[in-house]
Amino acid sequence: MIRVVLPAHLRTLAKVPGGEVTVEVAGAPTIGSVLAALEAQYPVLAGAIRDHGTLRRRPFVRFFVCAEDWSHEPYDTPLPEAVAGGKEPFLVIGAIAGG
Amino acid sequence: MSGVRLLVGTRKGAFVLTSDGKREMWDICGPHFAGWEIYHMKGSPADPNRIYVSQTSGWYGQQVQRSSDGGKTFEAVGNKFVYDGPTGTHQWYDGTPHPWEFKRVWHFEPSHSDPDTVFAGVEDAAMFRSSDGGATWQEMAGLRNHSTGNRWQPGAGGLGLHTILIDPANPDRMYIAISAAGAFRTDDGGQSWKPINKGLHSIYIPDPNAEIGHCVHRIALHRSRPDTVFMQKHWDVMRTDNAGEEWREVSGNLPTDFGFVIDVHAHQPETIYVVPIKSDGEHYPIDGKLQVWRSRTGGNEWECLTRGLPQANCFVDVLRDAMCVDSLEDCGVYFGTTGGQVFCSPDGGDSWNAIVDHLPAVLSVEVQTLP
Repeated sequence: MIRVVLPAHLRTLAKVPGGEVTVEVAGAPTIGSVLAALEAQYPVLAGAIRDHGTLRRRPFVRFFVCAEDWSHEPYDTPLPEAVAGGKEPFLVIGAIAGG
Repeated sequence: MSGVRLLVGTRKGAFVLTSDGKREMWDICGPHFAGWEIYHMKGSPADPNRIYVSQTSGWYGQQVQRSSDGGKTFEAVGNKFVYDGPTGTHQWYDGTPHPWEFKRVWHFEPSHSDPDTVFAGVEDAAMFRSSDGGATWQEMAGLRNHSTGNRWQPGAGGLGLHTILIDPANPDRMYIAISAAGAFRTDDGGQSWKPINKGLHSIYIPDPNAEIGHCVHRIALHRSRPDTVFMQKHWDVMRTDNAGEEWREVSGNLPTDFGFVIDVHAHQPETIYVVPIKSDGEHYPIDGKLQVWRSRTGGNEWECLTRGLPQANCFVDVLRDAMCVDSLEDCGVYFGTTGGQVFCSPDGGDSWNAIVDHLPAVLSVEVQTLP
C-alpha cells in the first residue's frame, strides 16, 4: 500500500477531502507505477498530473520523496523502502505560483 | 413565469445567476470549481439542463464538467484532447515553426438539436467534437490541416479558437474564429474549411489584406439571417451579408472601433451591440466611462448607452466571450467585466443594472432563457 499526498485542488477534483489517499501497486513500486495506479483509481486525475499523450509531468507539478525532489527521476525509478512500506508518503506538489 | 439563467465563467470559478422574467432580483450560486479558471460555460439549446463547462488550470490542465440538472450539480467527463494524426507546426510569435500543443478549451458550442453533441474550440487552435456528452473527444482535423495552418500565429492571448457559430437552418454550415488566424467557414459539417477574411484590413500584418492572419475578436449572427455575420476585429467592426465571402466595415461613428465583444438583439436582426475599448495598448473604456454602443441599422450609425453604467474611474475590460442576449420579449443584454461586475439590461440596452459587483475577473457570460 502506497500513501500519496495530493495538492488541495486535486483532492477536490478526485472528491477525496482527506489529506492522503492510498493505492495498491503490484511488485516494487516506481514513480510511474504509482502514478498509473493513482490515475486508474481516480480517472479524473488523468491528464491533471501528467499530459495525456506524452505522459510528461506537468510543468507546475513536482514529486517529493523522503524530503527529496524526485521530479526529474525517470518513471521507472524504484521508490525507496520507506515509501514502498507505507512509512513515508509519495507527495504530489503543486508549485507555489500565480495570483 | 419564464426566467433566465446566467452562466458566468471567471478567473477563480464558475457562478450561476438566476432570475425571473423581470430580471430585477437575482440568486447567485457559486463559486463552483473554486480557484480554477472557467473559460466558458454553455447550455444546450436542445436541453437547458445540460451545461458544459471548461475548467482549466496552469497547474493541472484541462477538465470538462457537465451538468444534467441546470447547474445544480456537475460531473467531470472526458478531458483527453489529442490532435488527430501528425501535429506539424504553426508559427510561433517570433515567426519560427512551433509544434501544436493542446493547452485549454476556450469555447463550447452545443448542438442545436442533440444535448450529447458539443463542439469545443481549443488552444492551440483546433476544433473537437463529442457525440457522447463530453465523455470522448475527436478532432475535426480538416480545420487544423488547412493549407494555411502552418502559417497561423497566436495572438497575445494564445492561438485560441474562441468562437463557434452554428447556422440554425443548416447545421453543416459553421463559422469559427481564431486569434490571430481569422475567420473560417465549413459547409460540410467540418470536413473542410475556407478562410473567410476578404475585406478585412489589418495594418499589423505584413499584407494588410492577407488571406489569413487577422485578429478576429468575436463574431455573431442572428438566427433568422445566418448569412449575415457581424465581427468585432482587433480594430474595426465589420459585417458580411454573404456568409463571409466579403466583409465591409461598419464602425461608423464609434468613438473607437477596438473592442472584444459583439452581439445581436434576439428579435431585431439589425440591432447590434459592442463595448468600445480605448485601444490595443489600453484595454479599458475611454475616459474611464463604461459605455455600450448600439446600432439599430446593422452598423455605421451608433448610439451611446450609459444609463446605469459607471461613468467615472472605470478601467475594466470586457472580454470576447463576456456578452450575450436572452430571448425574452423585452430582450435582455448582459456583459461581464474584468473588474468582476456582471451588468444586465432588461430593456435592450436602454438601462443597465449591476447584478453583482465583486466577482473574480469575468471571462465569459452566457444566458439561458427558461420556460
